[in-house]
Parts: sequence; C-alpha cells; structure tokens
Amino acid sequence: MRSRYTIFGVHVILLAYTLLATLPILLVIMNSFKSRNAIFGSPLSPPNADTFSLIGYTKVLGKSHFVTYLLNSMIVTLGSMGLVLLFGAMAAWALTEYKFRGSTLLALFLSIGIMVPIRLGSVAIVAMMRQSGLNDTLTALVLVYVAQGLPMAIFILSEFIEQIPKDLRDAARCDGVPETRIFFEVIAPLLRPAIATVAVFTMVPVWNDLWFPLILTSSDSTHTITLGVQQFVGQYTTDWNSVLSALSLAILPIVVIYVIFSRQLIAGLTSGAVK
Amino acid sequence: MATVRIAKLNKSYGDAAILRDIDLSVDDGEFVVLVGPSGCGKSTLLRMIAGLDGVTSGDIFIGERRVNDLEPAHRKIAMVFQSYALYPHMNVKKNMTFGLKFSGMAQPEMDRRVAEAARMLRLEPLLERRPRDLSGGQRQRVAIGRAIVREPDVFLFDEPLSNLDAALRVSTRVEIAKLHRLLGATMIYVTHDQIEAMTLADRIVVMNHGLIAQVGKPLDLYYHPANLFVAGFIGSPAMNFFDASVAAKNATAVTISGPGVAAFDAAVKNFSGPVGAKIKIGVRPEHLLAEGGSGFKIAGAVELVERLGETSYAHVRATPEVALIAEIRGRDAPNAGDPIALSAHERDLHLFDERGERIAID
Ligand SMILES: Nc1ncnc2c1ncn2[C@@H]1O[C@H](COP(=O)(O)OP(=O)(O)O)[C@@H](O)[C@H]1O
Ligand SMILES: [Mg+2]
Repeated sequence: MRSRYTIFGVHVILLAYTLLATLPILLVIMNSFKSRNAIFGSPLSPPNADTFSLIGYTKVLGKSHFVTYLLNSMIVTLGSMGLVLLFGAMAAWALTEYKFRGSTLLALFLSIGIMVPIRLGSVAIVAMMRQSGLNDTLTALVLVYVAQGLPMAIFILSEFIEQIPKDLRDAARCDGVPETRIFFEVIAPLLRPAIATVAVFTMVPVWNDLWFPLILTSSDSTHTITLGVQQFVGQYTTDWNSVLSALSLAILPIVVIYVIFSRQLIAGLTSGAVK
Repeated sequence: MATVRIAKLNKSYGDAAILRDIDLSVDDGEFVVLVGPSGCGKSTLLRMIAGLDGVTSGDIFIGERRVNDLEPAHRKIAMVFQSYALYPHMNVKKNMTFGLKFSGMAQPEMDRRVAEAARMLRLEPLLERRPRDLSGGQRQRVAIGRAIVREPDVFLFDEPLSNLDAALRVSTRVEIAKLHRLLGATMIYVTHDQIEAMTLADRIVVMNHGLIAQVGKPLDLYYHPANLFVAGFIGSPAMNFFDASVAAKNATAVTISGPGVAAFDAAVKNFSGPVGAKIKIGVRPEHLLAEGGSGFKIAGAVELVERLGETSYAHVRATPEVALIAEIRGRDAPNAGDPIALSAHERDLHLFDERGERIAID
C-alpha cells in the first residue's frame, strides 16, 4: 500500500518536472513558426494558418553566419567529448589499475576539479590562451572543455571500471595481451554504457555554454551557436523570429546525438556484457 | 612440459604475512592440488606462480628459469579462473585466439590449435557463440580451451569447478583428469574441496594459514596425516577427535585413557612426552566398528541417524562432553535413542601430541 502511494507521488513529481523542463522548449519551437505580431499577441497559442510564418528560419539560414556557428558548435562539442572520453577512460583505468608514485595525489587533484568550477579560472585562462596564441580559436574552447569535463568523466568511469571483474584483466595478462591492448580491446568495450553516460554528461553543458565562447572567441568564424544567437538580441530591439528559430535549430543536433548515445546506453545495459 | 620449484617463498600485504616460507617442487607432468580452507593463501600462491602477484621474497622456477621477474605472458603458463573470465564481447573462437595473436602466431597454426582444442572439449558447435549464450559448464570448457591453445608448460587452475552445479562438477572433474592424461602437462590445481583434491591429485599440498601443513599422495594424507589439521581436513565426515592422556608408558607402548574412552595400550615407540601428557586420539567415522575392533572402545547413545542408503551416519554421544560420528554400513542402522558400543582397530587410530603433531604407531 505504502509503495503504491510512493509510486504515485514519484510519478506526479516526475511529470511536473518534465512539464517544467519541456514547456519552455515547446514554447520556443512553437513560436519560432509564428509571425512577429503573433509571438507578442498570443505567445501561448500554437501557430495557425494566419500566424504561421517561416520568416525567422529564412533570415537565420539566409544571411547570417548561422551554418558556421552550428558547425563550430559541432566541432567543439564532438571534439571535446571525444577527447574527454578517450583521456577520461585511459586516466580512470590508470588510476584504478596501477599504483605509481603520486597516483593518490593525482586522483585527489582531479577530484578537486569536480568541486571547483572552471569559470573561476577565466581570467587566467584568457591570459594563457593569449600568450600561447590560441586566442580566438576553436582549439582554445576544446582545451577548456576537456579540462572541464575530465574530472567528472574520470570519476564516473573509475566507478564502472571497479565493477569489471579483475579476473578478466588477469586472464588477458596470462594470455600475453599487452597492457594497452588490454585497455582498448578488453576493458574499453565493456565500458560502453558508462561511456555513453559520460558522453551525454559532457556534451550538454559544452553545447549550451555561452561563457567561454564569449570570452575566448571574437570573430564570426569562431563563434558557436549560443553566442551567434546573441547577435539577434539587441540592446533596444530583439529579432525574436530569428532568435527563436536559431534556438530551435540549435536543439536539433544535440537531440540527435543524445538519441544515438541513449540507444548505446540501453544496448550496453541490457546485453549483460559485464557479467 | 616443465617442473615448478618454489623456494622459501614469502608474500605479505603490508604487515599481513599471507604466505610464509613455502617450499614446493612439482615434477614434470605431475598433477598437484593445493587444498585448504578459504583464505589460507592458495590463490595467492597460484597467482604468484602465474606472475599476477609479485613475490615478497623467495624464488620461483619454471623449468630451469627463475621467473620471479618475468611477465605472466613469458612464463609459459595458462590459467583457468573460477569465474571463467571469458572476454564477454568475443565469441568462443575469438576468446581462444585473442591471446595467440600477440605472440605473432600464423593464422593456420591458430586455426589448427583451436580445432584441436574444440574437438577435445566438444566445443565445435559453439565456436561462433558469445559467452553469454553458453551454459556454465560450456563456459568452463571454453576457459580450459583457451588455456590449451597456448600449449603451456604449466596449467594453473583456480577453483575451476566451484561455480558449477554438483552433477556438472563431477563430470568436468573427470574431464580434467582425462585431459591431464592426454596432455601429460604439469598442472597445479587449487580447490577447497577435498574430494576434488583426492580424486585428481598425484600429490596434494594441504595449506593452512599461509603454511604448508603436509605434502603427500592422496592416500598418504588419508592414512598418515602429519598433524591434527590435515587429519581433520582430509576425509568426510571429518575425523573424530578425543581428548586423552598418557596413563602409563614403557619402552614399547603407552597406555592411553580419556573421558568416555576405555584405557588401551598403543605400540608407540619414541614417545618423548611424560606420563600424564595430553594427547588427542583420532578415529575416522568409517573406521568405527559396531563389532570386531580391538583396543579403542567407546560406548554411548545414538542421538541422530542420517541415512544415505547403503551408509548411515550415527551421531553418538558418549558423555555430555564427548560426541562422535560413526559410519554404519548395511541395512540395519540403529535408531535414535539406541545404546551403541563402538571400537576400532589399532591400525586405524591416529595419535597426536599436544602440539598437534602425529605420534607414529607401529
Ligand atoms: N590484494 C590483497 N591485499 C590484501 N590482502 C589480500 C590480497 N589478496 C589476498 N589477500 C589476503 O590473503 C589471504 C589469502 O587469500 P587467497 O590466496 O585468496 O586465499 P584462498 O584462495 O586460499 O581462499 C586472505 O586472507 C586475503 O584476505
Ligand atoms: Mg581462492
């Protein structure tokens, strides 16, 4: 009896949260298909024959650097994600598997990275990028995001690696498999569900970040989508059609990537691979 | 094929001494079983031979080579794990060849070895399957196959049957015995199950608390256990022990008596202890006789009878403090509550001194 009420309560809460989270997105998408007057006149109603308009989309795709921004975002997000996954998995394996001088210290140092937000170092980061000539490059963004994502990735992946039976790497060692191959061909394939989890955790904040593109990029060719959208937001007038359509388009890629990884995640969980 | 020699081997984790001064020689082609209670250090010893755990002090030789500092891959060993440790994302064939690739072996040779191992272990229909689509027994055969294709000098098994159900355990045990005959390879096998040890071993190494308690042929351990620990560990149900003391002694014999045990003479030479020394008498349940024994005699009441068919185990209480188990063969086992008188032949008695060491009887 208790459990039935609990389940009901949990579902009410989850439902409320889902609405809270998705309603603004729905609103953005809905309004992106409406004319300017309709957006202000009746912001909550869906587009109809009178109010339907693609003006925002034609503007955004037609004259701005929108496609460049989108590509930049993709490059930065996928690049940082790939590097975070690769280095994160390798570091997690090294820190759980090998005891070397300073390994505990290193693990501690990385766990501090989970607690201290990287934005605290913004000034130093900008200075460093200037000095190393990486200012206004996508590389700078990728480097910062890799640093931002690594600590958590290492933490999550270490937990998963701990769960892989030790016999497996022992068997591989007896089999004469070199250590690097043990990692890439025995351990890494078993980490797939964890890697999918980490991929999603890394990707979303990077894609959505406005701060670092703002302080590290200055030219149109290096802006990301979140920053690019800002140019439609003026001090006195805002081109809401363009803002809303740009935001709607910006949601698409990340949803696609998310769907791909969540498939992987579920496939990994149900295959019983680690058993 | 190779011998394995272990000299003055020690292992400790921090302050905890796990293995102490282990000396052991395994002959070429011999099947040696390490047996002992859980936590006594069997796996640690095996893993040190494999090279998976480092040596604290002492030497390990495989063949003529001192292997202390060699990687597992270069020791010419193959290990079979209790958990099978198959690579979950590779099919059976890939599981067997994965390690071979790294030795630079040519594909035809790999195929030949896999085919041969598959035939030996009846794995041919399973070669394309993933481990998760195999039963426990099949997985264990794949794990053994993965060891065979390496054609190692020494096979190491760590409790390979513990995860199998009882029936499969018996049949796989027989297969391992056949395999040993067929391959003639040196095998070191860890188990906590004394039946496996007795049936498989050329020689058994009984371990306790990081020490070797006794090394010997299975029947030697059964008939001449060197100490109380081995006496109690080998045999099922376990040997009965009775507290007793030396009532009198002369040049050729001692007189022994104890609570519940009638005084008797035992032809013990060289017993150095004084009159009054405490000793323990050991008698196996299967050596307690309802009639016809000589020397050792004990009487009591049956508390409980476990009937297994041809044999029954009578749990007998002689005095409030002294209890024992006797094996009764045949149809007319006693019932609970019956009085019972038991005896044993002198040759079936085991005597242990205060330190638990065997006292030899003529
Ligand atoms: N990595 C380790 N660190 C500390 N103690 C260990 C480690 N591995 C094993 N031990 C200890 O060594 C003892 C022997 O373990 P093990 O060889 O696995 O026993 P067995 O195989 O006979 O059951 C146990 O008490 C265990 O707790
Ligand atoms: Mg063990």
